[in-house]
Amino acid sequence: MQEVMKNKAKELLASGEVRAVIGWKKGEFCYDITPAVFTNAEEIDNGFIYDDFCGANLSKYLIKEAHKDGKVLVFLKPCDTYSFNQLLSEHRINREKVYVVGVSCDGKVDIEKIKRTVGDGIIALSSDGDKISVETLYDKYEINRADALAERCVNCKSKKHVAYDELLGDEGEVLDSKRFDEVEMIENMTADERFEFWRNELSRCIRCNACRNVCPACSCEKCIFDNDNSGYVNKAPVTSFEENMFHIIRAFHVAGRCTDCGECSRVCPQGIPLHLLNRKFIKDINTLYGDYQAGEDPEARGPLTSYTEKDPEPSVVTDKE
Amino acid sequence: MQVNEFKPKIVAFCCNWCSYAGADLAGTNRLNYPADVKIIRVPCSCRVNPLFVLRAFQRGADGVIICGCHPGDCHYTTGNYYARRRMTLLFSMLDYLGIEKERTRVEWVSAAEGAKFAATMNDFVATVTKLGENKRLEDLRCKK
Ligand code: SF4
Ligand code: SF4
Ligand code: SF4
Ligand code: FES
Repeated sequence: MQEVMKNKAKELLASGEVRAVIGWKKGEFCYDITPAVFTNAEEIDNGFIYDDFCGANLSKYLIKEAHKDGKVLVFLKPCDTYSFNQLLSEHRINREKVYVVGVSCDGKVDIEKIKRTVGDGIIALSSDGDKISVETLYDKYEINRADALAERCVNCKSKKHVAYDELLGDEGEVLDSKRFDEVEMIENMTADERFEFWRNELSRCIRCNACRNVCPACSCEKCIFDNDNSGYVNKAPVTSFEENMFHIIRAFHVAGRCTDCGECSRVCPQGIPLHLLNRKFIKDINTLYGDYQAGEDPEARGPLTSYTEKDPEPSVVTDKE
Repeated sequence: MQVNEFKPKIVAFCCNWCSYAGADLAGTNRLNYPADVKIIRVPCSCRVNPLFVLRAFQRGADGVIICGCHPGDCHYTTGNYYARRRMTLLFSMLDYLGIEKERTRVEWVSAAEGAKFAATMNDFVATVTKLGENKRLEDLRCKK
């Protein structure tokens, strides 16, 4: 797949169809692949990568890139195309300036899961089908690929590309995912247990803002969390209130627009399961206002910018047993 | 010996066109409701940003109630429909985080419903009094 993609990129660059290519390149270690912009064939030959660690959703980079002159090529995995559509519906991307190449995806790997088995000091990784071979400074290991898949890939909602100009690989389908199971588990706890659960998770937050920065839905030019006078920009004097507040507001701001792309949980250095907050909103929206998948249809009206006269009253929440 | 009875601090966001007038009517009719209810007048129930609710808790509120015109009667036609979805989702999230959902409420009160306003506030204050002080969403930095 990687070679096919490289050739496609070089072909479109050579023909002048696109000015730049947004893809992935190697980072410091073999497993920290990072997003990159390529502008010529040489850069692509030397750096372009598509492998198990290309989790990064490239759609957000289009906001800046697609404002420049000329067209850009972007490679999008199925889940990324939902974010792309959502950004289109929010008028953040100029569709004419983007050439979307959809790439099929058989799940991305979570390096933290591998580290849990092999420890630190990974120097080489290679995967063939079902197995991943890992070489560390101390030993060699073989791991089942299925056991190392990222959470969002285990619970993948769709392998279907909802937007593309060209597709490399097969057109996938919307999947029957179990992504709400864990949310339900938390809902079934007592209020005290829930409070404990979230204190334990959210108190680890170091307010690095990575979850906000990576999120395609969190693309406000001016973010409330950047307001120095708000009293909640700085971790040192923070109390539990501030942690709760940050997370409620972040999740609320993306409610109805979050496509569940899973980027926030992927980048959190503290391993906080942010998807469980986002999915709570998605689940509530589905049950209260009818099934809605953000990004599925760029023309659709979002659930928080629409209403029906028969919507349930807030008492369904406040009066429930 | 003096017993310090817990009196909850309640913030009530009331829309200008219906509920605030309802509160006024409750006053002119000399209907009783606890003085611990602090009314904040907003142009419409949909003016209430979820942050306002959290801010109120941060600054020491024990309960937050949002009052607006009855659905269909909003002065701006549709404001309260949006508020209804927003607040439902916010309250559900608070509940999900283990924060007592009984501390939050939305009630539709028209300008003619002075009695309903007083009854609603009495009931809400009673509920929050039973829950006691807001501990789960307080900001110690704001405590004097
Ligand atoms: S947290 Fe809210 S204000 Fe900040 S970028 Fe995200 S959506 Fe925008
Ligand atoms: S909140 Fe997380 S899952 Fe939702 S769109 Fe943003 S990064 Fe993706
Ligand atoms: S990425 Fe994680 S640690 Fe950083 S602000 Fe978000 S939740 Fe907190
Ligand atoms: S004006 Fe009363 S709810 Fe909109």
